[in-house]
Amino acid sequence: MSVADIAFYCFATVAVASGLFVVLARNPVHSVLWLILAFFSSAGLFVLLGAEFVAMLLVIVYVGAVAVLFLFVVMMLDVDFSELKAHMASYFPLAGLIGAVFLAQLVMVFGVWRSADGVIELRAAPMPEGQTNTGALGGLIYDDYIHLFQVAGLILLVAMIGAIVLTLRHRPDIKRQDVLAQMYRDPAKAMELKDVKPGQGL
Amino acid sequence: MADFLNTGLGIGLTIAAQGLMVIAFVMISLLFLVYGDRKIWAAVQMRKGPNVVGAFGLLQTVADALKYVVKEIVVPAGADKPVFFLAPMISFVMAMVAWAVIPFSDRLVLADLNVAILYVFAISSLEVYGVIMGGWASNSKYPFLGSLRSAAQMISYEVSIGLIIIGVILSTGSLNFGDIVAAQDGRFGLFSWYWLPHLPMVVLFFVSALAETNRPPFDLPEAESELVAGYQVEYSSTPFLLFMAGEYIAIFLMCALMSLLFFGGWLSPIPGLPDGALWMVAKMAVFFFLFAMVKAIVPRYRYDQLMRLGWKVFLPLSLIWVVVVAFFAQFELFGGAYARWTVGG
Repeated sequence: MSVADIAFYCFATVAVASGLFVVLARNPVHSVLWLILAFFSSAGLFVLLGAEFVAMLLVIVYVGAVAVLFLFVVMMLDVDFSELKAHMASYFPLAGLIGAVFLAQLVMVFGVWRSADGVIELRAAPMPEGQTNTGALGGLIYDDYIHLFQVAGLILLVAMIGAIVLTLRHRPDIKRQDVLAQMYRDPAKAMELKDVKPGQGL
Repeated sequence: MADFLNTGLGIGLTIAAQGLMVIAFVMISLLFLVYGDRKIWAAVQMRKGPNVVGAFGLLQTVADALKYVVKEIVVPAGADKPVFFLAPMISFVMAMVAWAVIPFSDRLVLADLNVAILYVFAISSLEVYGVIMGGWASNSKYPFLGSLRSAAQMISYEVSIGLIIIGVILSTGSLNFGDIVAAQDGRFGLFSWYWLPHLPMVVLFFVSALAETNRPPFDLPEAESELVAGYQVEYSSTPFLLFMAGEYIAIFLMCALMSLLFFGGWLSPIPGLPDGALWMVAKMAVFFFLFAMVKAIVPRYRYDQLMRLGWKVFLPLSLIWVVVVAFFAQFELFGGAYARWTVGG
């Protein structure tokens, strides 16, 4: 076995095991931490594939931003675990049904999976000769599929604006800060120095 | 000997030795950085600072480190023990592994990745986990508030750091530190470096680096006046030492990034003088001096001001700058100052 093989088995085992612990962990915060480990080992697998740009993006976007938000929310939840566990048995039929539907879909998709001609050769050398994978990816996204890429960006923008519109609520009863007014406040006008004689007061 | 170095074991041992050299460099400079930080701070406040242990107090940090290690480790009741001890380790290790790709000269680099700058960015975005996990696992209110603050703060400033880095990448056409520094090598010495064409971003990067590493004036996660010491409250002994060391190493890393991205790394400022690792170390020391001066001079920001600065000032400015640089680079304006590949940089 070469070093790459050993590294592959390490990353793959850790990814699968931590994925399992995401489901099995009793504490939701631990679940998120295992999820982060799963992301991290998948990034390691990408590096082994020679896709270091995708690996770095996975770490930056998923581990560095998305999982932090998960953790942020989960940490602040006040959940009673014993109460949740008590109702677990009643959820089993529904969970089993959802699982079965997913499994059936996966079987239907991969049962008819057929790769196009020439994919097998491409798999051995995904990048054009003499190009880094960052450059190859950039060429694909910004030269070949620029319009699809732009549409994807637009959809994300719409989703972002939608989320803001749905959650933004203007409350008239709270006092807001006027930052400009704060910054332009003049100490000479806001303060007055008085010379107070002892025992007299103002 | 040469045969042995080409076997698997030989290569492994060579990499391990090189890694140890980088760790040794960082740890030894850490000892003097903490000392220098305290001395500069003291000088600004007209105090003497550490001056008892060793000549001029130079060995004060060694004594402090020793003191931390021999103290008792206190674990709060109800703390999540594994996460509680994992947090300082993550904090320290993440700060350390980023040094694997930092070059000190064109040949002195441990791992010459072609996505080096993304690697550093990814690793530094992981440092937030040490803080969040530490705050949560302590099962205590002040640490938890501190960790919530830091999570929001570090994410906010990461966004603008990322956009600032994109400007530099656009000008270079590469994600490799060696290429970025080589692109700044020009006829005009220090005026060929990126600080001149990217001047507004140097300021923004410096301030964002302060916020990203929780340095004063943005040290709100550990604001003593309101949160006692934030996420570090419940930590003592070696775990606390790891947090402290991780913080300083992250700051030193930001000094290295400033020097590589905007100030020419190991290039000499005057044409004719030889380039070398000494220039790199000297530049890092200068930036650390600036960081220490900011800590001594500037009062702490209020939390809402910090968030407003990050999202409403830095983010739009750096976003506009990316567009401006892309425009300048595409049309090769200003003699190719923003498109270094056209002028042979």
